[in-house]
Order: sequence, then structure tokens, then C-alpha cells
Amino acid sequence: MTRKQRRLAVIAAALGVLGLATGLVLGALRDSIVFFNSPTDIVEKEVPPGARIRVGGLVRPGSVQRSEGMQIRFEVTDGNAALPVVYRGLLPDLFREGQGVVAEGALDAGGVFRADTVLAKHDETYMPKEVADALKKQGHWKNDSGSKGAAAEPQGVVR
Amino acid sequence: MIAEIGHYALVLALGLALVQMIVPAWGARTGDAGLMSVAGSTALAQFAFTGTAFAALAWCHLASDFSVANVYENSHSAKPFLYKLTGIWGNHEGSMLLWVLILALFGALVALFSANLPMRLRAHVLAVQGAIAAAFDLFILLTSNPFARLSPAPYEGRDLNPVLQDIGLAVHPPLLYLGYVGFSISFCFAMAALIEGRIDAAWARWVRPWALAAWMFLTLGIAMGSYWAYYELGWGGFWFWDPVENASLMPWLAGTALLHSAVVMEKREALKIWTILLAILAFSLSLIGTFLVRSGVLTSVHTFANDPARGVFILMILVAFIGGAFALYAWRAPALKAGGLFAPISREGALVLNNLFLTAACATVFVGTLYPLALEALTGDKISVGAPFFNATFAPLMVPLLAAIPFGPLLAWKRGDLYAAAQRLLAAFGLALLAVATVFAVEQGGPVLAPFGIGLAVFVMAGAASDIVERAGLLRLPFPTALARAAGLPRSAWGTALAHFGVGVTLLGIVGNTQWSAERIVALKPGETVSLRQYDLTFEGAVPRAGPNYRELAARLTVRRKGEVIGVLEPSKRTFPVRGATTTEAALMTRGASQLYASVGDSEADGSVMLRLYHKPLVLLIWLGALVMVAGGLLSLSDRRLRVGAPKPARARAAAQPAE
Repeated sequence: MTRKQRRLAVIAAALGVLGLATGLVLGALRDSIVFFNSPTDIVEKEVPPGARIRVGGLVRPGSVQRSEGMQIRFEVTDGNAALPVVYRGLLPDLFREGQGVVAEGALDAGGVFRADTVLAKHDETYMPKEVADALKKQGHWKNDSGSKGAAAEPQGVVR
Repeated sequence: MIAEIGHYALVLALGLALVQMIVPAWGARTGDAGLMSVAGSTALAQFAFTGTAFAALAWCHLASDFSVANVYENSHSAKPFLYKLTGIWGNHEGSMLLWVLILALFGALVALFSANLPMRLRAHVLAVQGAIAAAFDLFILLTSNPFARLSPAPYEGRDLNPVLQDIGLAVHPPLLYLGYVGFSISFCFAMAALIEGRIDAAWARWVRPWALAAWMFLTLGIAMGSYWAYYELGWGGFWFWDPVENASLMPWLAGTALLHSAVVMEKREALKIWTILLAILAFSLSLIGTFLVRSGVLTSVHTFANDPARGVFILMILVAFIGGAFALYAWRAPALKAGGLFAPISREGALVLNNLFLTAACATVFVGTLYPLALEALTGDKISVGAPFFNATFAPLMVPLLAAIPFGPLLAWKRGDLYAAAQRLLAAFGLALLAVATVFAVEQGGPVLAPFGIGLAVFVMAGAASDIVERAGLLRLPFPTALARAAGLPRSAWGTALAHFGVGVTLLGIVGNTQWSAERIVALKPGETVSLRQYDLTFEGAVPRAGPNYRELAARLTVRRKGEVIGVLEPSKRTFPVRGATTTEAALMTRGASQLYASVGDSEADGSVMLRLYHKPLVLLIWLGALVMVAGGLLSLSDRRLRVGAPKPARARAAAQPAE
């Protein structure tokens, strides 16, 4: 092999791997990303049933019902629209009525959101960023953290 | 008073870092040996003062001095001693102080163990190290002062975030930071090489131990963090593709690539410019990791409230160092003499392939982590990129890399023989096929991916073993001779084989855990039994208990196998009254390399309790494999070539003179 051929071989390998990676990334970005929506977005955008999305807002006080088979129903609201959510499984530690929550799953034909993942905040002073933004957009954001003194101080987890 | 001493010490450390940055670099420019030698002593002094600052903060935490805001926010007088200690870095300010402490520690270590380094190189390395230290000292002093006082002093603290009250906090962040910051050394060496415009095989020999040490710490730190998340968050997963996890994975991938390309540079003087680039990348990604975690720009399941103003400052540091490094690279790298070429099928070729796949994988993780951020900034759409994205991109890039691992060490330098290497791997390949067939036979209609995953893992492990068998001539030579040859192999050869074996072990664990885990979510009343695989779990009842600073409700589960009691699981829910927070404490039972995992949810009015139960086959191998990799790294690090291979100081200085 001449020097030129060797160099070409390396360049071809590099381009091959790079092309493979690019292809994989583009394919995955088309299929496996999940959009975040507020309940209002879902009503306005008419999100089709079956599409995988994330929904964020506050758990509407008084809406949490537990039924047989560990099924939990609750409503997520951004103060404007409310979306019924059904979830089967263990809820996170800080899941509470009136608190921020993010659920991932899809709408069924009846307009009920079937969640397979429910995330709540990990800290009592922290609101998921998407939820805070969604609430701000609807004009329902009130910064009540002042009642806890320096509650806005960071609680960094060192990871 | 102690807090003020700490604050003052940190200011002095900043001053020393500035001296360390400017004076040696000036000395190197003017050729003044006196000025250049300032670097070593300032690095040591800077470490002493940063250490004093850290000790002062430690004292405030251990003595529960609530007049210090940082202690008030994160401590409580009833908190156990261990968490008072780990609480020092269980918050933003303290963890940044730990960051600069480790940075100063590495600077001091370079100063101590660089007697055989050419003087100019040493001065430049420590000057760049000083610049990084100065930037982060300034960041702490201006935006995140851990020594700020409160007046009047509160009587009691607000306690540490309960999720962090765990032994994991004692081990994981320091290890991770040793890894992150450890890559600053190879970064500094790369910068020094670019500034001097000179680089050779000796450079790689100096850099490799530092990069290897950083890589080992980072490996341990990631593995520890993964195990911590596994048992603390109560979801039973070992990796969530969370932005903060990705932030630690990216420098690991770049660092792994750096280790391999530095080998090529050391042995064959090739890939010089590429190695420099990887050294810059590894630390740049560490800095990006710090930025992602500390600024809170990304929503992550691990993120806690953060202050965006700090993010802007770190972003500025980021732009200055990464931008500066790449600008210097673009300017000076073309001037470096390129190394020799080699045949595509050769040890070098295999290592280049390794580098290509590792950097491509790193790039996909980078895109997946930062794409949501870019998209939100551009279009306002909020998206989340989760496990499906990474499974579809990262995994396909890892498979060819893993399959290629056994070939690398069997190929000769310069020009290898792929056919001969494949022949030597025949036994390993046979074992892998046997594993695939066995798993297919035993599984009977289980997940299709599992047999091939296990086969790949067996191939990697058996391939690593074949390398040693081949080199020792275990099958060709009489046994005692082969044994003597095996003992006489360089430790780095053993280290390589062991580390590659560890990769196979981790893969085995990942395949077992992702393909064969069984999960059950049930609500049980006292006395009821549920079965999970071959185990029967009986719920005996919920027991309330009190800890030092929490109350907990533990669910007692008796585990039986074929009617015989083999143990008790006690998952619990802890309530921390000071913060009004609850945490889930999972209970684990280890059976061989597999684990039974139980976590408890809400309890109902009728006395039933929600439980999440898992059987996780081979899960422990994930972290065991990481330990094996680190053991391999340790073995390589102890190779005498890495210690005595560098030229003697007198010769080095003599050699350095004409270059000036």
C-alpha cells in the first residue's frame, strides 16, 4: 500500500463511522424524541392519540383517585385546561395534590392520558422547569417560595 | 472566626494561582530558570491554602456553626456525623470548593513528581493549571461563597437534602471529581505542548499515567454513582441517560479514547495531533459536565434548584478555556511534526478504529444531551431525549467496538495479520457460539437479543484471556515455561487484558439486567404472599421505626425459595421532618451476582402496602466489571515502563537546552 492509499483508508474509515453515527442520530431524533406539552397545548394543538408526549402541570387538588389494581387517576392542570391522567404503579415520593408533576405516555382514544412514567420534583423547593414555564405562560405562576425564607437557594446534588 | 480564616485562605489561594499562572510562563518566555521554578512552590502553597479553606468549611459543618449560611442550609445538629462530613460537598458551594481542592491537589502532585520533566514543559503545565485554578477560585469567591455569614445566627439548620443522606455521597462525588479534574493534567500537558510547539513520544509517556489515573477515578465514580442511583432512587435502573449522567459519560468516552491513542503515540510517535485534541476534549467535556450540573440549564431528574447567574459565570470560564484551547490548537497544531503512517490492519489501525467509535459514541451522547437545549433556544419547543434515543444510537456504535476489542491486542504494530489474529481467537469465538447456543436452549423463547448479548460478552472476556494465553504460549510450550513467560509479561499487558475482561463482565451484567429482569408491582395486605420467579415473598406487616433525624415505615417481607426461608427484605419510606421530605429506601438481597430488589410505595387505609419488586439477574456484574477495569488500570499504572521510561532529569535538561 502506498502512503496515499493508507491515508485514504483511514479517512474512509473515519467517514464511515461518522456517517453511521450521523445516520443513527438523525433516525433516532425523528423517532424517539418526546415533546413536552401543557394541558392547554394538548387542547390547542390537538395532539393525536398514541403519540408519545410529556405533560406537565400541577396535580389538581381533590382529583387523585385510587382504584383496584393500583390504578391511579388524577388531573394535571395548568390553571386553564385540565387533563385526566391514568397511571399504574408506584408514585414518586413527592407526588402530592397541588404540586408540580411531569408525566410521560400517550393519549388514548377517549382523551385520557395513559402515563407510564410519572416524575415529581426531588426537592420541596424545586419546581420542574417545564412546569414552571408552562404555568408562567398561563399567568398562574406565583413565586411562593419566599415563605420558606431562603428557599430559592440551590440544593445541588453532586452528580 | 474559622469561616473568615477559610475565606481569607481562599483569597490567598486565588492570589497564588495568579502568580502560578503568570510568573512561570514569563520565565519560560525569557528563559529565566528562577522564574520558572516558582511554579512548583506556588502550586504546593496554593494546595496548602485551598486545603485550609476546605478544612475551615469542614470545621464549620462538623461543629454545626449555623451562623454560616452554607451550614444552615445543609446541616442539622441531629444529623449523623458521616453526613455532617459529606454534607460539606452535598451542596453547590461546598462541591465547588471540593472541585478546586482536587484541582490544587493535582497541581501539587505534578509539582512533586515532575523532577524528570523538562523545565519549560513543567513551567507551562503548572502555569495552565494555575489559570484553571484562578478561574474557579474567582468563581467561588464571586458567586458561590461558602463562608457567607447569617445574622442573627439561626438556632437550627435546615438539614441536608434527604436523598443525599447516604454513604454514596461520601464516595461518589470525590471519586467523580478526581476523575473530572484529573483530566485537567492531560489538558495542561496538551496546552504546554502547543505553546512550546514541540511534542514527542516522551510527552505521551508523561501524560499517560495522569490520564490513566483520572480515567480510573472517573470509572469508579460513574460506577458508584450508578449503583447509588440504583438503590436510592427506587426505580431499580442502573442508568437513566439523564443529562447529568451523560455529563460524566462523555469525558469517560473521550478519556478512554485518549488512553488508547496515547499508547500509539508512545510506541510509534503517530497520532500526535489527534492525541492532543483528545486531551483537550476530555477536559473540555469535564468542564461542560460541571456547567450542566452546576447551572441547572437542563432539566434532569437529578437537578435541584440552581442559580442561573452562576451558570453564566461557568459558561464564561467554559468559553475562555475551551475556546482558548481550540484556538491555540488551530493555530499551533499544524506546526507540530506529524507522525509516521501505518497499515490499516495493524495495532495502530485497531486503536484508530477504537478511537473513531468512542468519539462517535461520545458525539451521539453529546447531541442527545444538548439537542433539547438547542431546540428550545431556537424554536421554543420543549422536548425530552431519553433512553430510546440513546438505545438507538449509542448501542449500535458500541457493538462493533466491543466485537473489535479482542482483535486489537493480537495485531502486531505497523503491519498486522488479521487472518492470524482471527485464528488465535478461534477458541474465544467457539466459546461465544457455545454461550449463544446454551442461552437459546435454556431460555426457550425469551428475548432474542439476550443470547447474542451474552455471546458478545463471552467473546470479549475469552478474547482478553486468549491474548494472555497466546503471549505466554500456554498451549504451545511446556506448562512451567509458559507460566514463567506469563509471569514475565509486562504488567501493562496484564492490565490491558484485565481491563478488556472487565468490559465483558460489565456487558454481561447489562445484558442480564436489561433482558431478563422481572418486575412486579403489587398491593399486599399483611400475611399475603406474592411470587417472583423462583422466590415467594410474604408481607409480614409494616413496622414504624425512628432514626436520628427521620421516622420510617419499613415493610417486612420474608423471602422463601422452595418453601425455605432465605432472608428478609425491609424496604422503607423515610420522612425527614425538618425538610418535610420523604425518601424511598430500597431493600436488596444478593444471590450470587443477581439481586432481589424491593421498594415500598404508599400505604392504603385498609392496611395494604404498595410494593415494587424486581428480580435482577447478573446485575452486580455491571459494577463488578467496572472494578475489574479499574484493577486493570492499576496494574498498567504499576508497570515499571511508565515509571522509569521517562528520561533522567539531567539528560532531559541537556536535551531541552538546544531547543530554546
